[in-house]
Amino acid sequence: MAEIPTANFPNVETTVLGADEIILNMGPQHPATHGVLRVKLKLDGEKVVGSECIIGYLHRGVEKIAEHRSYQQFAPYVDRMDYVAAVSNGLGYCEAVEKLMGVEAPPRARVIRTILTELQRIASHLLWLGTHALDIGALTPLFYCLREREEILKIFEKYCGARLTTHAFRIGGLQYEAYDELEKDVERFCKDFEQKVNEYEQLLTENRIWVGRTKGIGVISAQDAIDMGATGPIIRASGVKWDIRKAFPYAAYDQYQWEVPTGKNGDTFDRYLVRMEEMRQSRRICLQAIENIPTGPIMARIGKVLKPPPGEVYHSIEAPKGELGYYIVSDGTTQPYRVRIRPPSFINLEAFDKMVRGHLVADVVAIIGTLDIVLGEVDR
Amino acid sequence: MANDPEEKQPPAPPPGEKPVAPAPPAAGAPPAAAPPKPAAPAPPKEAPPKPEPLDNELVKHYNSRFGEAICEAWLDRKQAILVVDAARLREIAEYSCDEEKFDLLTDLTVVDWPKREKRFDIILNLYSFPKNERLRLKVWAGENEPVPSVSGIWGTANWLEREAYDMFGIAFTGHPNLKRILLPDEWQGHPLRKDYDILTQDTAWVRENLGIESGQ
Amino acid sequence: MDALVNFFRPHLLPLVYAVVIVALLPLLAGYIVLLERKIMADMQVRLGPMRVGPHGLLQPIADAVKLLIKEDIIPEGADVLIFWLAPLLSVTAAMLAMAALPFGPAFQIADLNIGLLFILGISSMGIFGIVLGGWASNSHYSLLGALRSAAQLVSYETAAGMAVVSGLLLAGTLSTRRIVELQAQQGVWYAFLAPVGFFVYLVASIAETNRAPFDLPEAESELVAGYMTEYSGFRWALYFLAEYTNMVVVGAIAATLFLGGWLRPFSGTRALDFLDYAPSLLMFLLGGYCFYRVPKQPVRVQGGVLAAVGLLCLALAGVLGAVLIPPLADTKAAVHGGFWFLLKVFLYIYVFMWLRFTFPRYRFDQLMRLGWHFLIPVAIVNVMGIGVALVLHWQWHWGLAPALVVTTVATLLVAAFLARVGERRQKPLVGET
Repeated sequence: MAEIPTANFPNVETTVLGADEIILNMGPQHPATHGVLRVKLKLDGEKVVGSECIIGYLHRGVEKIAEHRSYQQFAPYVDRMDYVAAVSNGLGYCEAVEKLMGVEAPPRARVIRTILTELQRIASHLLWLGTHALDIGALTPLFYCLREREEILKIFEKYCGARLTTHAFRIGGLQYEAYDELEKDVERFCKDFEQKVNEYEQLLTENRIWVGRTKGIGVISAQDAIDMGATGPIIRASGVKWDIRKAFPYAAYDQYQWEVPTGKNGDTFDRYLVRMEEMRQSRRICLQAIENIPTGPIMARIGKVLKPPPGEVYHSIEAPKGELGYYIVSDGTTQPYRVRIRPPSFINLEAFDKMVRGHLVADVVAIIGTLDIVLGEVDR
Repeated sequence: MANDPEEKQPPAPPPGEKPVAPAPPAAGAPPAAAPPKPAAPAPPKEAPPKPEPLDNELVKHYNSRFGEAICEAWLDRKQAILVVDAARLREIAEYSCDEEKFDLLTDLTVVDWPKREKRFDIILNLYSFPKNERLRLKVWAGENEPVPSVSGIWGTANWLEREAYDMFGIAFTGHPNLKRILLPDEWQGHPLRKDYDILTQDTAWVRENLGIESGQ
Repeated sequence: MDALVNFFRPHLLPLVYAVVIVALLPLLAGYIVLLERKIMADMQVRLGPMRVGPHGLLQPIADAVKLLIKEDIIPEGADVLIFWLAPLLSVTAAMLAMAALPFGPAFQIADLNIGLLFILGISSMGIFGIVLGGWASNSHYSLLGALRSAAQLVSYETAAGMAVVSGLLLAGTLSTRRIVELQAQQGVWYAFLAPVGFFVYLVASIAETNRAPFDLPEAESELVAGYMTEYSGFRWALYFLAEYTNMVVVGAIAATLFLGGWLRPFSGTRALDFLDYAPSLLMFLLGGYCFYRVPKQPVRVQGGVLAAVGLLCLALAGVLGAVLIPPLADTKAAVHGGFWFLLKVFLYIYVFMWLRFTFPRYRFDQLMRLGWHFLIPVAIVNVMGIGVALVLHWQWHWGLAPALVVTTVATLLVAAFLARVGERRQKPLVGET
């Protein structure tokens, strides 16, 4: 039923016995596909000889909706794409529209945006770690991760009243002033967090089963990763030291010292290490940012009705999953003429087929986990 | 680079329907091209960067190499945009990837301008790791005009072109597996086109496959 | 009529025991599940079931009722007869194995002279239920789960069998009751005489019962639920019952063979006889704790249930304590034997749970490599080592302890060597031709 070409993949040796291949349909309802991803696997025994991702079960036409909403009205919609990193989505959209209009958020707003976005990165990575470990069979880390994520969500809740789809930022800056204990809350979280990350690493990094399940699994070379357009932790784990926060600094990232962690082998284990280190670096950024939050206005002077001059802009940020880009075309009216969202999950998922060939069924879930996809963003 | 951008623009459309306002991204200077557009937004006092023609080293490389195939080049909000001829897209893409080292195809997408003679802008967002620089290639294509696929040059393009085909119905020639990606295979219509209303759907498909009258 | 009665008379007690086991086992399995959920919750900084009954004490009953009244689904294209039969096969095999297990000096259905062999043989019949169920479901997940289960059981049954042999060599008999009695006579549990054998059996029995980190046949993140994917309701419950019964069975084998069966720790040491008070005291404390928690229950009914549980514990404490009084001393061995035996089985199962919540899951080829390249060779070398030790003991009149120390060290060296070789051989086994 599936037309999966295998002939042009000579690196996958088939067994001499020539046993019949079976098609295994994973998903869209499957415990390890992180939503409604459907993967058609062509199996020889338990070995994957071909795969096809079937997506779109969560397609809501976000880009179409954008053309029928005003610029401000569309902002909450972007939170629903990568719903485990809503703050990052909002930041990307707000900055893109600001760039389109030629305004800039005031320094105070930018620093607060940086803090919240970095917290969101930690939260997103925590959820990834928990579910990834769960996929590989370690039940317990998930609950530890959710415990820490809860602290971050509490900070979001205190800041803007929402936990998941926060809509924390507005075009031009922030709607809400930081609440009084924001710095204290962030500091307390960061202080505990260092030890917590070590705790997760204790459970997994040295664990022989974990290493055996992740090392050499889903390898993608730097060249292939670039060719497949992979971004974020995936490309960094393959050894490309590239982070949009460094390459095209936005918000307030240029003010802080931090490192871009990279891996060597581009396998699941390296991606795991890169993300763990990213959490530590995010913590570092947060600690630096709360030390000196500038005073001043939190909103740029823009009108109630936004009418960006005609033209187009592409702006991207380093979302937890990779490069999240917004390409917005304005025709000078209050509604965007076209909003194109470059979803990192969607494009990272494209590399799945390349990673999965020749591995076993058990590795398929490890690879889905390591790609860190959110179907809300893949399907939009 | 001497040709006027207005050459490619259609005559002024009847004002009134907002979503299909035809003002193309290039129409910065001449006011005639954008009738529905009112005066510039009031609040931001300093005027945003106007699109300006681009004439740097990079464009010179492209011009000397491809000559007429590079239709236009301009800078919009400090972002370089290059309009190229659809027929030679593959060649130009290959050159961009190999010679100019734009090795990452960040994004490939389409904008629909139904009032224009060639209604689609196909947009390739390129990034160069060695130069840390972005470049936007643009191709103008008509309704049923085939566009060469670049999926052999950047692997990413495979799915992105499928999405463009799914949403806009652009037939990429030379694509290995051009079929719908987000919508069901049997779906009729291409939803991100401007003439596909937001409430439109393939009612027949919904009725047949979901067993309900309407998905709305 | 008299002839009939006479015929049945010798079988009366075993019949009663059998009925007790069949009646109580589902309940026991249910409460092992509750225990598991509670232990899991404790390790994962949460509370676990708290709603049905005080501290979730009635949760197993609610679960059982739910499963019984659930809709019975038979997938399209399934082989209906086999689909019905398979879970029965699994649960029957698991239950039958109970027949030869000595829960105490007095509580045993049948003391077969080939007891251990019978248990091993019957309990491995359960795999038929899994393979047939997986095949009959007409689902790829089920089929893959069944295949994995078959391959896994074959591999690890060998290692477990070899580990059991090491214990048998020391005992010289297959009768489960004799094995325990011999351990009492020799004054040492075989786990200390054959530690490698015990370890191999521990690992192999986890794999045999499909528990994490070897739970590949039902790996929920890969195969949804493996061979149980298409099962629901009562039949699913039967599989579940079979799995937990199997856990009790392997726990009981380990307790019998390696951990001194129904014997109290240090049963031969007069000076430690005060340990006889421990069971009663433990139950008394448990009952006391229940009563302490009664006023803290949110609803009065829950307090009542908890008080009833407390009373039950106190009653048990009473029974366990009463047999210490001289007139009833004859029954002490029987009653306390049951307590110690179950305690050992539960501790063994606790280790299973502990591992499950700590480790990720093995991949199939890694599992096979561990089985064939490490466990089986180690088990074989261990058997040979114990044989050598026994020869040294009998023929050359070495002390048993020094002889075993020497051979155990040799076995460990071999194991270390195998582990190092295995490190280097990181090639996937599956797909090799």
